Amino acid sequence: MLKALVIDPGKCTGCKQCEMACSYENEGEFNVAKSRIRVFDFHEQGKMVPYTCTQCAEAWCQQACPVNAITTDPLSLVKVVHENLCVGCKVCTIACPFGTINYNASTGKVTKCDLCQGNPACSDACPTGAITFQDIEQTGFDKMKVWAAQAAAGSPDAPGAKAPVAKH
Amino acid sequence: MGWARKILRVNLTTGTVKVEPLNMDWASKYLGQRGLATKYFVEEVDPKVDPLGPENKMIMATGPLTGTAASTAGRYSVITKGALTNAIACSNSGGYFGAELKFAGWDMIIFEGKAPKPVYVTVFDDVCEIHDASDIWGTSVWHTDEWIKTKHQDPMMHISAIGVSGEKQVLYSCIVNDLHRAAGRSGVGAVMGSKNLKAVAVRGTGGVKVKDGRAFLKAATAGKKVLQENAVTGAGLPTYGTQVLMNVINEAGAMPTRNHRQVQFEGAHAISAEAMATPRKSDGQPNLLTNQACFGCTIACGRISKIDEKHFTIQNKPQYWKASGGLEYEAAWALGSNTGVDDLETLTYVNFVCNEQGMDPISFGATVSAAMELYELGLLTKEHTGGIDLKFGSAEALAKCVELTGTGEGFGKELGLGSLRLCTKYGRPDLSMSVKGQEFPAYDSRGIQGMGLTYATSNRGACHLRSYTVSSEILGIPEKTDPLTTDGKPALVKAFQDATAAVDSTGLCVFTTFAWTLNDIAPQVDAACDGANWTPEYMMEVGERIWNMERVFNNRAGFTHKDDNLPPRLVAEPAETGPAKGLVNGLATMLPEYYQLRGWTQEGVPTNETLSRLSL
Repeated sequence: MLKALVIDPGKCTGCKQCEMACSYENEGEFNVAKSRIRVFDFHEQGKMVPYTCTQCAEAWCQQACPVNAITTDPLSLVKVVHENLCVGCKVCTIACPFGTINYNASTGKVTKCDLCQGNPACSDACPTGAITFQDIEQTGFDKMKVWAAQAAAGSPDAPGAKAPVAKH
Repeated sequence: MGWARKILRVNLTTGTVKVEPLNMDWASKYLGQRGLATKYFVEEVDPKVDPLGPENKMIMATGPLTGTAASTAGRYSVITKGALTNAIACSNSGGYFGAELKFAGWDMIIFEGKAPKPVYVTVFDDVCEIHDASDIWGTSVWHTDEWIKTKHQDPMMHISAIGVSGEKQVLYSCIVNDLHRAAGRSGVGAVMGSKNLKAVAVRGTGGVKVKDGRAFLKAATAGKKVLQENAVTGAGLPTYGTQVLMNVINEAGAMPTRNHRQVQFEGAHAISAEAMATPRKSDGQPNLLTNQACFGCTIACGRISKIDEKHFTIQNKPQYWKASGGLEYEAAWALGSNTGVDDLETLTYVNFVCNEQGMDPISFGATVSAAMELYELGLLTKEHTGGIDLKFGSAEALAKCVELTGTGEGFGKELGLGSLRLCTKYGRPDLSMSVKGQEFPAYDSRGIQGMGLTYATSNRGACHLRSYTVSSEILGIPEKTDPLTTDGKPALVKAFQDATAAVDSTGLCVFTTFAWTLNDIAPQVDAACDGANWTPEYMMEVGERIWNMERVFNNRAGFTHKDDNLPPRLVAEPAETGPAKGLVNGLATMLPEYYQLRGWTQEGVPTNETLSRLSL
């Protein structure tokens, strides 16, 4: 089964445990500056939002790479950067509309999320379930379930619109 | 490992910066953050120094776990001689600044001297620069944060700054990082202001390594599980924040009200966690938007609030229409029940201004409440207050006071003295609810007896975070003791003081100790750090060493056992209602036993045997 990271910003507290797990898994040290997933704090709205590569089916970064250093893993369909081929030209960082592939000055290569070869450290580390790793064809399942429950209750209100919900 | 093993020394007088290796011999005896930075401080600074003079130093210090994946491991502390207290000060803050300083590669920054003109300091990894701050001097923390990020085109910086109150040396000014987290107590912001240092901005792209990665992740993961499964850290704090305590402490009859004249507040429910989450009548929205975590924290007790835009305090003031740091229990109590004000929106506004201008809401609220009592007695009049009708319960008066004090204008200059200097000036020092010049936090020591000894003996003046016996006396953590008796409290206070001193030296948050004991913490420290065998027993020894080191500094600064005292109200005026009705605090019973357990003379001086046992 193909799986994808599913991000629910409504559950994020901004703790950055995902960034710590990502950097430890990929860099061998705790270093949020090198994390491939990032948490953004929109403090004026009281919203925290994790964001990372969505593994596009037709990936701009891959199409733009002049040396074919980005390939598709045949099993997971994840877009993987091959550091031995990457020349650090950064064209992929321009091509990516989402900003999720970035240059690492200390290696001279680009880095992006590769789902930790099928076992993402970020979703394991998330204490509130804001980041989960789910069946790629059913990523809307939880949202559907909330709306279904609302339909069952016969309420016209949108789910979870008003009252503050603590995340833990 | 754990430590970056490097410190920055910034001399503001000469405008020079030096790099030094961390003293690893001291690190193995004092761990980090509070303990290790205090060791540097007491070795370098004359205890009799004027806190606001250039000879005082100010250290921003991380712990060895700061910037690791242990839960809550993002703390940093500011160590100096306190402007409010003239005692050793160590103010601890969360947010993201501490971890960023560690990622930049530094265990601590020691600031010396005084800049000839206002400056701010940037640290980007190895590069430390001192910049002219004339464009931001005279502006708020919030403006400074935005200005520096724009100027350096770097939105990822994390910034600790003072507001106008710190520049004007309001004596309980704090240092605010990440807009609404603060090294709050003892006037560390006034010290920073006295050095003409407006802000410190850091960016780090390096990493933190630990001694044994596999063992560390195992211990950190086990620790997170304990926090998640605990009722306080797993449910109470994320849902209600520290405000979970408001109704509990009020029921216990330990909620100081109107300058500690009463111990229960009739308006407690209106300013409680439950009230924050309930939609307002005025606009149908709740005060509380969400909870937010500090760096690495899996508890997430922080409050993010939004004030009703039509509320009288913020009409035509769009800077307060956005969401920001909401009320914690201490702020809600000090600004609320202690002044008799039960309007949640006003309290949130006053809290916003405390963050915006960098003031400790505990000492600010307690000083206003002391001023309200002086006003009631006729010792302060409208002539003094500039026309403010300073009555208990007046939301308008409270809002006006915070505006004036935040910018150090008019009557705000008087309020900026803190309650002890203010009450002394108007002839009633007994009305200052403080120890060593620092105002009490939100627990009345008639209803929670151990807290009386906690306050009286705290090395930084009255404080709940030096030994939070409320855990045991009210919440039953780690085991229940009777809050109304003094029996066993000296030993309880000593144990809490020593353990807390150790926790404050790790980089972890003391709130973890609602669920964690040193048995949960020591394995995380030991897997991350070399230098010693970090067992729970050794950490208690480190904590005791830190406590005695701080005490010796204070004694040399001129404090004696006479300063281990409480205001007459708490030891002579019995509580009027609640479970503690008829009781005063039994400090005189507890203190001699405490000194004995500490290995101090009855004059509160550590004996030579005690000092040598602790390698001091």
